[in-house]
Amino acid sequence: MFLINCPFCGEREQSEFKAGGEAHIMRPKQPTELSDDEWAEYLFMRKNIKGIQFERWNHVHGCRKWFNMVRDTSNDQIKAVYKMGEKPPLK
Amino acid sequence: MSKNLRFKTSKLIDETYRISFKFNNKIYFGFKGDTLASALLANDIHLVGRSFKYHRPRGIMTSGSEEPNAIIQLHDNSSRTEPNVRATEIEIYDGLVASSQNCWPSVNFDVGGINNLLSPILPAGFYYKTFMWPASFWKKYEFFIRKSAGLGKSPKISDPDIYEHNYIHCDVLVIGAGISGIMAAKMAAKNGFKTLLVDEKSYLGGSSIYDYSEFSKINNQITSSWLEKEINEISKLENLEIKKRTSVAAFHGYNFLLARENLTDHLPINQRLNKVRHKLLKIRAKKVITATGSIERPLIFDNNDRPGILLSSAIKKYIDLYGVTCGKNNILFTNNDTAYETAMSLLQRGIKINAIVDNRLEIDSKISYEVEKNNIKIYKGYSVVDTYGYKRINKISIMKLSKDGQTVIGDKTKLKCDCLGISGGWTPAVHLFTQSGGKLKFREEDQVFIPDFYPSDQISIGSCNGDFSLEEIIKNTISSLKKFLNIDNSEYKTIEIVSGLNRSKRNIWLLPSDKSIGKTKSFVDYQNDATSKDIKLALREGFRSIEHVKRYTTTGMGTDQGKLGNMHALGIISETAGTKMGEHGTTTFRPPYTPLTFGTIVGRNVGKFFDIFRRTPIHDWHVANNAEFENVGQWKRAWYYPKNNENIHQAVQRESKSARDSAGILDASTLGKIDIQGTDSSEFLNRVYTNAWSKLEVGKCRYGLMLNEDGMVYDDGVTTRLGENHYLMTTTTGGAANVLGKLEDYLQTEWPELDVYLSTVTDHYATISVCGPNSKKIVSKVIPDLDLSDEKFPHMSFKNAKINNIKCRVMRISFTGEHSYEINIQASFGKSVWEKCMEAGKDFNITPYGTETMHLLRAEKGFIIVGQDTDATMTPIDLQMDWIVSKKKYDFIGKRSLYRSDTIRDDRKQLVGLLTENPEEILEEGAQIVADVKKSPIEMLGHVTSSYYSPNLKKSIALGVVKGGKNMLGQKLIIPMEDKNINVTVADPVFFDKEGERLNAKL
Repeated sequence: MFLINCPFCGEREQSEFKAGGEAHIMRPKQPTELSDDEWAEYLFMRKNIKGIQFERWNHVHGCRKWFNMVRDTSNDQIKAVYKMGEKPPLK
Repeated sequence: MSKNLRFKTSKLIDETYRISFKFNNKIYFGFKGDTLASALLANDIHLVGRSFKYHRPRGIMTSGSEEPNAIIQLHDNSSRTEPNVRATEIEIYDGLVASSQNCWPSVNFDVGGINNLLSPILPAGFYYKTFMWPASFWKKYEFFIRKSAGLGKSPKISDPDIYEHNYIHCDVLVIGAGISGIMAAKMAAKNGFKTLLVDEKSYLGGSSIYDYSEFSKINNQITSSWLEKEINEISKLENLEIKKRTSVAAFHGYNFLLARENLTDHLPINQRLNKVRHKLLKIRAKKVITATGSIERPLIFDNNDRPGILLSSAIKKYIDLYGVTCGKNNILFTNNDTAYETAMSLLQRGIKINAIVDNRLEIDSKISYEVEKNNIKIYKGYSVVDTYGYKRINKISIMKLSKDGQTVIGDKTKLKCDCLGISGGWTPAVHLFTQSGGKLKFREEDQVFIPDFYPSDQISIGSCNGDFSLEEIIKNTISSLKKFLNIDNSEYKTIEIVSGLNRSKRNIWLLPSDKSIGKTKSFVDYQNDATSKDIKLALREGFRSIEHVKRYTTTGMGTDQGKLGNMHALGIISETAGTKMGEHGTTTFRPPYTPLTFGTIVGRNVGKFFDIFRRTPIHDWHVANNAEFENVGQWKRAWYYPKNNENIHQAVQRESKSARDSAGILDASTLGKIDIQGTDSSEFLNRVYTNAWSKLEVGKCRYGLMLNEDGMVYDDGVTTRLGENHYLMTTTTGGAANVLGKLEDYLQTEWPELDVYLSTVTDHYATISVCGPNSKKIVSKVIPDLDLSDEKFPHMSFKNAKINNIKCRVMRISFTGEHSYEINIQASFGKSVWEKCMEAGKDFNITPYGTETMHLLRAEKGFIIVGQDTDATMTPIDLQMDWIVSKKKYDFIGKRSLYRSDTIRDDRKQLVGLLTENPEEILEEGAQIVADVKKSPIEMLGHVTSSYYSPNLKKSIALGVVKGGKNMLGQKLIIPMEDKNINVTVADPVFFDKEGERLNAKL
């Protein structure tokens, strides 16, 4: 079970958190302008990488804040956590 | 005791404390400190069980948790019965009752033993191959197979013991208190690390604690004496906690480990009352030191499973630690020096060794010369080819090995014995290391897998790291810990080690026989009766992956998880397939390392603590008034209130009729309530609901539908504008937490610029809904100051009010289609206000109704229940709720999805009403809907989502989803059931009071 360093609360156990899928997918500002394909790209298409992945996590049983995480899915090492709106600390 | 098998040399055994116990209905005696295995051996009992498949007699084989054979049932037919307990681990106590498993009528005479004679026709995969045809016969086969298979019996009575879970945080966790673990704990604790040392045994020191040999010395002291002083020293250290009888079950990522601390299993039953039996320790360690030692390997030869055949290290432990000899005429069979240590232990006590069979041609170590000096015949370069004796070994035959070790040559020699110790070298116990994600490497020279890559801050030391000699263990433990803990002071300045053992070993995975392989029974997995023959058969039949061979032959799949034989299985596979050992890897070692009882896993979460449940402030009233409850999410909701032995149907019919005829009252406290504040609240609601909110006046309520981004209905509820920038949103009971989470997600991640604050207030308010033609009269009695006139308080509006000076909010909203009010008041006053309403409604036959009646009443009105009439594939358009989807709003969650090519299809499943041809016929919810039963295959058009008998309409009504249902009004469809086809007509989903007259009636 991971130990996750919540950017607001500090290190807590994984059971306090909820994973929220791929990070850095912006909701389109003008959905009505999009074609079906473009909308589907936003709505359905998610990466499932073996290796470094950018993810959204929520400290649901804690401060309830959403934040981003960089995780290596091949060995579950958490490389970084950072607040929403911040730039990812590594590529 | 018929023979004197006990020697007075052991420190662990208290011979002044005699203990009586029962084994297979006979009373025996042992001493305090004995395990069941050592006590049985002292009573000259080797035969303790029958094997799984062939029912062969089996004896105690090891002295630890790796035991494959001596697994017994404890306290059969009692509430404390436990199957598959290892006799080698259980410490005896007064009143212990144990019995053999997998035998009938007794271990001495077992009917299933016939399987041994049938074994030529019971190869690997026998059951898979034989009982496949005809497929319909499986049910008959299964009955007999299940009866004859299986090990112990599971308990039938609930467990009287208490179990607990504990969290532990430490700097350093040391697993295993053998010599390296003790040293590690000392080094860590003395250097300021908060340290926890655990060991599965009842004593500390591992195998070195009974090493009295002159051939291994530390600083000129006998190993055991040196270690005792060390243990004595560390037991006084302040920041070191030591837990005995604690077995680490699982080693997860991020140094999170589970361990079972056994607190009462060694106590007599009458001393266990009100004590915690096991603790499941959830350990977070900054650093983990694994010192789990190694397990001696057996040797694989024909009939290597007879009672009286033990690992040589087990024989040594039984004599040195428990003072019990396993036999009076011993033979040792080995491929390395370990057996000579055993020989010395036996010789020191004058126990007879008939011979040592060593498959090595040359043996060159101090200890072997010492053994030879005692006139023990050593057969060098020989192998055991067969053993004799049905319930106890009495003879072996040996032959000379060829130079390459692949065949046996020359004459057969028979040797008498009553005990055979076997040693095939050692296998590092890397189970926990690999569970943590560690990767192994294969060390060719002595054919072992050892830790290579560590996935977390951890290290393996001692023999689990492949260091087998005392010198290696001590030197490497010191040097690697200095590095691992980053310390200068190792606590061990000068250390001199003397060891009489040599590392030489002649590894032959499957020893050759003079018989053809098909005629041999060389057991690789003792517990599951998997032989070398089975493994070879699997390879012949095309299995190559080690994981496939394992499953086909069941090698390593017993309660012991193949702790003894897995390496040999791998060895035989690579030898047969002609591949290199390391290439195949190993099978996965899964947690738990040793079995856990369910009690340990669930801890205190039993009975009413199994899961939490939530009760409304009015719950006690419902209980007192005979309510039946239904679980809705975590809530207990009143389901219906039976009167005078009514069944659910009768009660619901009565409640539904009363609610419309006069007045009904419902506890709606479970509805989710979210308080929304901030200057952008209206804009926020515009974005999350499908309809428009900006123009809603303060003091008014509005129904809203919430979609997911994919356009599918997610939740619904009424939201009230309490002030200019203040709303109270209600959600479905089950959806409350998810809705709050979703709203927070959007606010934090997509629209952080909005000035909106959300708080959940579900638990803060009790919600009481009073409905029916007399609701107005009742509420006016409860809140006389409130003007309930339609002009001042119309439908879909809200008023602040007071009851006995307590503030409350009253909404005129309706889920039943009746004139109705919802009173929201601070939770602690919920029950008294409910009782006030009941009192006020007495003259109007006010009828409390539960969720079932609520569902019926709303179905009469065609109101949906999200999650019942919808699943995650229904858009508002599918629900024929186009009216609630704003055309003007530029955007809201899910809007774009409502005109994707898929969501605009005409033939999507759409919500319709269904009326049965026979008005008394009630459809089954979930039943399929079709148009044509003659066509094959029958096309499924949809299914029934809600169905009731309406007492107000005096006919059955139903809602359902049907492909293209919107355009099928009046069309006849069929509900095919098991015994009949039911004819239905598609109808408008609103069955009752279509015009809404009752809602707006002048009362």
